[in-house]
Amino acid sequence: MMTQIVFYVFATVLVLSAGMVVSARNPVHSVLFLILAFFNAAGLFLVAGAEFLAMILVIVYVGAVAVLFLFVVMMLDVRFAQMREGLQRYAPFGAAVGLVLLAELALAFSHWQVAQDIGSVPHVVAAPGRTNTAALGDVLYTHYVFLFEACGLVLLVAMIGAIVLTLRERPMGRRQNIDRQHERTAADTLTMMTVPLGQGVAANGGFRRPEHSYYIASVPGSYGVTEEPVPQGKSVDETGQGGLGAENHGGLAQ
Amino acid sequence: MAHFFLHTLIGQVILTVLEALAVLVPLLLGVAYLTLAERKVMAAMQLRKGPNVNGPFGVLQAFADAIKMITKETVIPSGANRFLFLFAPFLTFSLAMTAWAVIPTNDGWAVANINVGVLYLLAISSLGVYGVLIAGWASNSKYAFLGGLRAAAQMVSYEVSIGLVIVSVLLAVGSLNLNDIVLAQRHVWFCLPMFPMFIIFFISALAETNRAPFDLPEGESELVAGFFVEYSALAFGLFFLGEYANMFLMSGMVSILFLGGWLPPIGIAPFTWIPGPLWLIAKILFCLFVFIWVRATFPRYRYDQLMRLGWKVFLPLSLVWMVLTAGFLLATGLLPQGGAS
Repeated sequence: MMTQIVFYVFATVLVLSAGMVVSARNPVHSVLFLILAFFNAAGLFLVAGAEFLAMILVIVYVGAVAVLFLFVVMMLDVRFAQMREGLQRYAPFGAAVGLVLLAELALAFSHWQVAQDIGSVPHVVAAPGRTNTAALGDVLYTHYVFLFEACGLVLLVAMIGAIVLTLRERPMGRRQNIDRQHERTAADTLTMMTVPLGQGVAANGGFRRPEHSYYIASVPGSYGVTEEPVPQGKSVDETGQGGLGAENHGGLAQ
Repeated sequence: MAHFFLHTLIGQVILTVLEALAVLVPLLLGVAYLTLAERKVMAAMQLRKGPNVNGPFGVLQAFADAIKMITKETVIPSGANRFLFLFAPFLTFSLAMTAWAVIPTNDGWAVANINVGVLYLLAISSLGVYGVLIAGWASNSKYAFLGGLRAAAQMVSYEVSIGLVIVSVLLAVGSLNLNDIVLAQRHVWFCLPMFPMFIIFFISALAETNRAPFDLPEGESELVAGFFVEYSALAFGLFFLGEYANMFLMSGMVSILFLGGWLPPIGIAPFTWIPGPLWLIAKILFCLFVFIWVRATFPRYRYDQLMRLGWKVFLPLSLVWMVLTAGFLLATGLLPQGGAS
């Protein structure tokens, strides 16, 4: 009773959200409904007692595949007006494809054959007292290990193919070579020089300062000029004997 | 009589609710004090005092923050998708809470002792990225969107290495049940024979919870606050609670997978007097301290370096270690014959 209620709740939400995936206007909403559908499918697996499949469904489809879907769809710049323009042009073509598929489905259903001797197909009977995770492991990794590994190889080839098709070494931009950075030592990049003290050095330590600044007056000799600093500007001229005053105030009055 | 009542449907429901409360109330209190502890510990490391005004040693600061957060106005940006905007923080928060259903705090003490516990944890933690991604998209803000995209790429990358590390642990245990994983560490905690995996798992946990030095999704210097720029008041508070609860969860996973869960370091007298849950709490607190310590120590990673670390360093390392573990167990005949229910 309880199980049936749970089943119908999951199944209803699953079907409704699957419908919303195709009917939602916004593609991001479509992907979110798809995630909801995955979730409810996982719930149905749980009700059926396949807890391993339920968890794997959530981890693989919801946790990885749908994230990448969402990632791509969010970055798409979809213009809805343009899509509606296209609808009129492509509607007859779409309808034709749909009709062909429907006809094929009808043909398939009218000539449905069921194998008579199902007992002759080799299959694995799980040992009693095993969890269904362990039973799945038995089937995949013990009895059908070569087929399973071959599936893995096919996927690997597909992945490498996708990478080869899309990877281009572009000359633009600078890339960080971390190994090279680690191998660099002080000896590679630094040369220590012995410079005779005080020679070949500009006065004032080579520092550049603005030419007219209060610094000239406040710290005599700071510009490397040996003669008496002559403060520029009108104020000194006007005061006349204000040279003393300017020195006393540390030149800040300017 | 009471025993009979507990076996009826209503009794079971009440029991489950009580069990959930017994886990969630301490967890939320812990989250409240983790925020305070983080500020205090980082203050001590930076020779400051930290919050010290509200209550003795600032212990009421957590509640002051909570009251401030609740009483503020929830601002929803005009271009935002209202439902998804408010749904995202609830998702983050409730996922962080849901995962605690399977964490065993003592032998057999879990709200749900299911036999695919590890996969459940992996599934829940891989869903955490949706809260961030939806928040980034629904805010209709460029900063939030960039933060959300970064978070998605980061969390997906580090989940791969987390998964492979867990596989090597599972090889040594022979069961997906968290209770069995802890019991398999009776003789030696897995952090000793699998020390490199322990380190990789811990660093991946930092990246998975978007903590420094991997806090690029919220990188305040370039993305203002990343995916929750537009959030305020209670919605922001839920994100905050969810993130800190995730830190607890990841620390719990580190403790259970590598630090022996509720088991004492040595199974002899003075250690066994301390009850199991206290050992688990002590281990979780230790991990959280390291989380904070790392935050106060390391500068933030650059984005391409973060991706390089995940895919080019951690993934091959954990893959090789997985093969080595399987080979070693097979060669020494220690491979557990698991699978019996």
